Amino acid sequence: MEEIRAQDALLTLEGLTKAYPGVVANDDVSFSILPGEVHALLGENGAGKSTLVKMIYGLVKPDQGEMRLKGEVFEPYNPAAARAAGVAMVFQHFSLFDALTVAENIALGMDNPPKPRELTSQIRQVSEAYGLPLDPKRTVGDLSAGERQRVEIIRCLLQDPKLLIMDEPTSVLTPHEVEILFETLRKLTAEGTAILYISHKLEEIRALCEHATILRLGKVVDTCDPREKSARELAEMMVGTSLHVPERDPSEPGDVVIEMDHVSLHSHTAFGTDLKDVSLAVRAGEVVGIGGVAGNGQDEFLSALSGEAWLSSGEVRLKGTCIANLRPNQRRALAVLSAPEERLGHSAAPDMSLTENALLTAAVRQRLTKRGFLRWGKTESFAKDVIKEFDVRTPGPDNAARSLSGGNLQKFVIGREVLQKPEVLVVNQPTWGVDASAAAAIRQSLLDLAADGAAVIVISQDLDELLEIADRFTALYEGKLADPVPTKGLTVETIGLMMGGGEEETAA
Amino acid sequence: MDLSQINPILLLASLMVAATPILLAAIGEAVVEKAGVLNLGVEGMMITGAVVGFAITVNTDAPVLGFVCAAIAGAALSMLFGILTQYLLSNQVATGLGLTLFGLGVSSLIGKPYEGMKVTTLSKFEVPLLSDIPVIGPILFKHDPMVYVSILIIAATWYVLTHTRAGLILRGVGENHDAAHALGYKVIRVRLMAIAFGGACAGLGGAYISLVRVPQWVDGMTAGAGWIALAIVVFASWRPWRVLLGAYLFGGITVLQLNLQAAGVPVPVEVLASSPYIITILVLVAISMKGSHGAPGALGKIFHATH
Repeated sequence: MEEIRAQDALLTLEGLTKAYPGVVANDDVSFSILPGEVHALLGENGAGKSTLVKMIYGLVKPDQGEMRLKGEVFEPYNPAAARAAGVAMVFQHFSLFDALTVAENIALGMDNPPKPRELTSQIRQVSEAYGLPLDPKRTVGDLSAGERQRVEIIRCLLQDPKLLIMDEPTSVLTPHEVEILFETLRKLTAEGTAILYISHKLEEIRALCEHATILRLGKVVDTCDPREKSARELAEMMVGTSLHVPERDPSEPGDVVIEMDHVSLHSHTAFGTDLKDVSLAVRAGEVVGIGGVAGNGQDEFLSALSGEAWLSSGEVRLKGTCIANLRPNQRRALAVLSAPEERLGHSAAPDMSLTENALLTAAVRQRLTKRGFLRWGKTESFAKDVIKEFDVRTPGPDNAARSLSGGNLQKFVIGREVLQKPEVLVVNQPTWGVDASAAAAIRQSLLDLAADGAAVIVISQDLDELLEIADRFTALYEGKLADPVPTKGLTVETIGLMMGGGEEETAA
Repeated sequence: MDLSQINPILLLASLMVAATPILLAAIGEAVVEKAGVLNLGVEGMMITGAVVGFAITVNTDAPVLGFVCAAIAGAALSMLFGILTQYLLSNQVATGLGLTLFGLGVSSLIGKPYEGMKVTTLSKFEVPLLSDIPVIGPILFKHDPMVYVSILIIAATWYVLTHTRAGLILRGVGENHDAAHALGYKVIRVRLMAIAFGGACAGLGGAYISLVRVPQWVDGMTAGAGWIALAIVVFASWRPWRVLLGAYLFGGITVLQLNLQAAGVPVPVEVLASSPYIITILVLVAISMKGSHGAPGALGKIFHATH
C-alpha cells in the first residue's frame, strides 16, 4: 500500500534517522503524505513525533535518510526554506509574541510580508474565507487561546501552504472552537492542502484523519485508517501493550471538607483573569472536575485554595473553619495541598534536584526539617518513595527537575502531593503533555486518593479526563464558576455551554 | 537668596546640554532591552567612551573623530558583554556589573596621563533663521551638533522600532526568543547588534560629558549617569520619545538644583544635590505601582536554542 501511496505523494520520508547523545529520536522512519489528506502522527511522549516534524520544518537536520517534496529532494536548512517550499507549521506551544498585535505577529511569520495596510486587509480576507474571525489590530496577549491559535493558522494560510503541520492543535480549545477548526481544516483539504496532524486526542483523530502513522520509541510500528479503529485500539497500538483504564468503587461522598464561599480574587499577572464570586463545596471522597479554556481563571482558582494569593472578598473554609488568612505552609500543615499547572517554575524548581524539590512542598507534613535544619536522609528517602510509587523514570533523586521529561516530572509533582496524604488536593492540568499510560496512572492515583476519603479538585482542559474521573463537573468562564452538575449523563452540548459562560460564541 | 538671578531661558537651554549624555545612553539601553537583554554595564561603557573620546581629541584636535572613536570603544566593550552573555550564556546581571567595574578601571588607566589637560570642544551650531526667534531660538537652536544628533537618534530609533521590519524582528526577539527562534530568526545575531548599538550610544554619551559638558578628563567623571540612564529606560516604559522626556526631566532637575544652589536657597546643598536622584527614585516607584507597563517579555532571560 505504501508503494502506491509513494507514487503520487506530496511528501515522502525515507529512512529518516536522528540521534541525540544517548537516545535515537527517530530510527529509519519512512512514510508518505498525499495531497488533500489529513495524516495523523501518533505516539507517546518521547516517541519522536516532535523531532520528526522539526526535521520536516527545517529546525533539525536529519543524520540519515531523505525527504522528497513532490518528487524532488527536500532538504530545508532552516524554517524559512521550508516555508518557501510550501511547508507551514502551527506549534504546540504557540509561538506568538504577547505584546505585539495580531498583524505584527503574522508579519513576523512571513518571509516577505506586504505593507501593513495590505497585510491587514489580507488577514481580514483569509479570516472571513475560512470562518476564523480575528481583528488584526488587537494585542495578542489579550486574546483567548482559540483566537491565538487562529493567529497561527492565518499566519500559515497567508503563505498558501501545501503541507500544514499541526502539533496538538486542540488541547486548549472548547468543543465549539474545535468544531470551527475542523471545518477550516476540511475546507483546506478540499483545496488540496495536506495536513500532518499530531494529537493525543484519539477521538479527534478518528473524526478527522484518513491515515495514521504510529511511532513508538522513534520507529514506525504501524499504519492504519483511524476511522476503522476504536480509540482504545489506537492507544494500544501506541503503547504496545493493553491499556489500563482507571476505575474506582462507587461510594457515597462524606461531609463537606473544603468550601469556597463567594470568593473573589484579583489576579496579579499581566494577562490573568480575576475570580468573580466563586462558590464551591467539595465533600470527602469526591472528585470535582473543573473544565474551561485556559486563561479563564484556573491559575487564580488554584492559588485561592493553595494560599498563594489573598482573596479580595469571600471565605475559604476547611471543615467549617476559615483558612482564608493562612499561608501556603500553614494550609499544608492542615493537609490542604496543591499541584499547579506550570511544571517548571511553579510546581518544581527546574534546576534543583528531585530531593530538593521534594523538600519544597513536603517539608511541613513529612517533617523534613528539625529546628531549622534540613533532614537530608529523610528527604531523600521521601523523594525515592515518590519515584518508586509513581514510576518516575529517572536515574535517581539527585537529578535536576529540568532533566526529566514533562510526563515524568508531572508524575513526580503529583506523586509528591499524593504521598503526603492530603485531605484536600487541588491539581491543575494533571496530565498535560503526559502520554496515555502515565496519564492513566496519574488519574488512578487521584481516584485512589478520593477513595481514601480526600476531597479532590481537578482542573483540566481535557474533557475526556474530567468525564472519566470526576463525580461532578463545573467550568470556569471569565473567572466565574458554573453550578456543578453530576458528571453522569452529561452531554457535550451542556459542557460546551458551561465552558462558554452559558451562551454560544457570538463571534463565530 | 535671589531667585531673580535664575534666567529661565538659560536654564532651559542648559537643561538640554545636561540631559544629552543620559539621553544617549538611555536610548541605546532601551534598544538593548527591547531585544531582551539587560546590560547593566552602561556606566562602564560611558566612562570608557568618555576617556577614549577625550584622548583621541587631545591628540588630534578633532572632536568629531573623538566622538566616533568613543562610539567604537563603547561598542567594543559591549561586545565583551555580548560574547559572554550570548555565546557563553553567563548571567546578564553579573556580567553587566562586571562590565561597569571593568570600564571604570580601564578608563582610569587610560586617563591618567590626560588629567588636567584642555581639549578642543565642539563649536556651537546656530540653526539659520530659527535661532533668531526670541526665547525659543536660544533655548532650542543654539546648541552644539551632538544635541541635535541625540534627538535624531531618538527619532530614528522610534521610526525603526515601530515602522520597519528590522524593528519588528528586534521587538519579537525581545518579547519571546523561543518563538522568534522557531520562526527562523537569528536571536543571537539580532541581540549582538542591539548590544553593539547600546554600547555605541553609551560611548557617545560618555564622550559628550568629557568633550562638551565639562570639558576635561576627571577620573570617574560619569558619576552614576549610566545608572540614571538605566532608570530612565524603565521610566520611559521602553518608548523612545519617553526616553527623551525622562532624560530632559532629570536634566532639568539637575540644572535647576545647581541654579538654586547658586541663588542661595536656604536648603542644605546636600539635599539639593541629591534631589535628581531622589526624584528619579520617586518617579520609578510611582510608575512601578501601576504594575506591568511594557517590559519586554524575554528581558534578561538567557537564550539557548535547545531549551
